[in-house]
Amino acid sequence: MCGIVGLFLKDSRLEPQLGQLLSDMLITMTDRGPDSAGIAIYGSAAEGRAKVTIQSAKPGIDFADLEQDLAEAGLPARVVLKSTHAVIAIAASRLADVRSVLAAIRPDVRIMGSGDSVEIYKEVGLPKDVVARFDVRAMGGSHGIGHTRMATESAVTTLGAHPFSTGSDQCLVHNGSLSNHNNLRRELIREGMTFETQNDSEVAAAYLTAEMAKGKDLGQALTSALDDLDGFFTFVVGTKSGFGVVRDPIACKPAVMAETDRYVAFGSEYRALVNLPGIDSASVWEPEPATVYFWDHQKAA
Amino acid sequence: MPVIDLATTPLRDLNKALHSIQQGSNDVTYEIANPRGSHAVAVGIAGPVTVEVNGSVGYYCAGMNDGGTVTVHGSAGPGVAENMMSGTVVIEGDASQYAGATGRGGLLVIKGNAASRCGISMKGIDIVVHGNIGHMSAFMGQSGHLVVLGDAGDALGDSLYEAKLFVRGAVKSLGADCIEKEMRPEHLQKLAELFEKAGVNDVRPEEFKRYGSARKLYNFNIDNADAY
Repeated sequence: MCGIVGLFLKDSRLEPQLGQLLSDMLITMTDRGPDSAGIAIYGSAAEGRAKVTIQSAKPGIDFADLEQDLAEAGLPARVVLKSTHAVIAIAASRLADVRSVLAAIRPDVRIMGSGDSVEIYKEVGLPKDVVARFDVRAMGGSHGIGHTRMATESAVTTLGAHPFSTGSDQCLVHNGSLSNHNNLRRELIREGMTFETQNDSEVAAAYLTAEMAKGKDLGQALTSALDDLDGFFTFVVGTKSGFGVVRDPIACKPAVMAETDRYVAFGSEYRALVNLPGIDSASVWEPEPATVYFWDHQKAA
Repeated sequence: MPVIDLATTPLRDLNKALHSIQQGSNDVTYEIANPRGSHAVAVGIAGPVTVEVNGSVGYYCAGMNDGGTVTVHGSAGPGVAENMMSGTVVIEGDASQYAGATGRGGLLVIKGNAASRCGISMKGIDIVVHGNIGHMSAFMGQSGHLVVLGDAGDALGDSLYEAKLFVRGAVKSLGADCIEKEMRPEHLQKLAELFEKAGVNDVRPEEFKRYGSARKLYNFNIDNADAY
């Protein structure tokens, strides 16, 4: 089944509560998929700085002296440890170098996501444990998405958990199953994309990244997805300043949205939304099939 | 009147209480507080019990209802009143996917909009929607009436058997083997009767169009292969 949540804040006064609100939404959706969980949070972006979230199965070994080793490899950085994950803060101009340096000095760490503002935390286990482990409740931000997984398409592993991030500040969560992901993966590999899992949702994320790399905005990329992706899907996606939702034309995967002056929220079920401030007077609706919904902080400003 | 607060009472206790009401009991009206999107609220009622739900519910509210009257003062999630046998279910807000699916009898009234597949495989239930309905509604509908005061989405009545569909607004598209049919006096009369039962008083039966099965796909015919 899988459970998806998303929250896009319009009122900046809610930003300190983003982690708290998203955590509660995700925990409520636990019974839709208890095998792994993940959350992506878009925090404040510091001018000229970028962040890379990494994960290790052996954090005690891989994260020890990481800051020093990165500096010695020519990549001055600040490393903040959080359980099995670490966030590396570096100059934005050095973002492209991180992968190669890490591959050399820490070949076993996995990159969860990177960009100006996104941090991604995901692990095998229940949402309540994942949320506690990474202290997500204490995190602020402007928008975020979360996922609790019932594995259907690939192994129950940390990398198989959502969100999937295949481009800078981009991430996607998916409820459903794609039927043409193998073909699409081959085509995307020909175009230069790389994949870390056999998961169908990673293909969807990579597809959107490739479309946006061609100059489309998130809304346009999601519109193309309706033509090119085959199968069942409800996607919730984030970019640095944007938040999008799309369902396939059959639209049998559940989705409910709520909007007030202060936020736009998404849940697989209404239950996920009941603790949001002002939900009783919110406009609540089900997204239509084959229809792209898209909000952007920059466009709103 | 018993009030059951789902913030403190487990759902199982609520449904057990509703199932154990004896014939002739005086306490037959229940009020439910804090449903907060809970699943399976008031499922399996098998007698003349009245349930007032104050808030929105999740999946399968009032499923299999046989003789009860359930009113949701809020919206309902997927599968509300699924397989209803008899009685009445009223949703004051909107309903999600497959409202009234496979229902065999009784009346489902949705005062807001219903999402996709409203009345899918309906087998005798009457459904009255004040707003609009989504795509693939009444798919394989076998018997009963679906009345829509607003508009209908794509593929209305796809592979329809003998359910009768009445739509006042626009129909985005008709499904395979579903056609518009003539509105005869007995249909106008039936609509008036359903309006009365469903508390609809601001529309006239003459404003509706009737849709039903062309009966071309009942038995396989190779000439119709493309239509299946």
